[in-house]
Amino acid sequence: MITKTLQLEPRNWVASHADYLYAYAIARINDEEQAKDLVQETFLAALQKVDKFEGKSSERTWLTAILKYKIIDVYRKKSSGLIVNADVQRAEQEQSDFFEPEYGHWTKENAPMSFGIDDHDPLINKEFNSILQKCMQKLPALWLSIFTMKHMDDQSTDIICSELKVTQANFWVIIHRTKLNLRACLQKNWI
Amino acid sequence: MGTLKKIQNNCHKATFLIEKKLIGKITLREKIELKIHLFGCGICRTYQKQTVKISQMVRQLFSDSANSEKQLDDTFKKDMQHRIEDELDKN
Repeated sequence: MITKTLQLEPRNWVASHADYLYAYAIARINDEEQAKDLVQETFLAALQKVDKFEGKSSERTWLTAILKYKIIDVYRKKSSGLIVNADVQRAEQEQSDFFEPEYGHWTKENAPMSFGIDDHDPLINKEFNSILQKCMQKLPALWLSIFTMKHMDDQSTDIICSELKVTQANFWVIIHRTKLNLRACLQKNWI
Repeated sequence: MGTLKKIQNNCHKATFLIEKKLIGKITLREKIELKIHLFGCGICRTYQKQTVKISQMVRQLFSDSANSEKQLDDTFKKDMQHRIEDELDKN
């Protein structure tokens, strides 16, 4: 017990890791109040587990893993329940006329066209980021959760599916639908 | 309608395969189907270019926000510090 606690220094956690964990959380849930709460909960949960720390990873990695678990919990809560069905339905509705029903060809009105994205260097385009963020916020919670886990943490498909309780087949349908809506939203709102 | 025609016209399936290929794996058969489709479909070629770029931008956006300078305010930190110390002193 004594040697183990020597490796963790809870009295320095706030000074050493609070800002890091906060930035980590906010990047993934985009809600300052909730991010704050998660950091606090992470520290409190970590205190309860101090004697389970094996010293195999750094203190920061260990705390981040606890936070990560809490973030997935938030995703899970956001993407279950009644409101969810409505927001998925709305998003599916948006793309219902993208393709001809019979053979699946793009409809004339919704066919992708060249827009600013093709010739701008996106990596330096600040304005683009705000449009991108707005379009992402319009996605249903479940879609955004899956999309974030995949693109931010390169989480494996198996893990995402088991954490968020979706089938593999459904996972790919969601990835596809997410991209269709996101791309259309960008084309529509590009200045 | 023959199989080939079906492949050539099915942009819904082609875009699905584009997405699946981008972050996962598609079968050899699917690869060939996609190739045939893209060969004849300029719209999906545009789609493919754009969706690849969107993925890059999303990843960039995420890594920017992860490296952001966003910081917690001092009052909140002080409160947290107290709570941690209270917990520690309980034991």
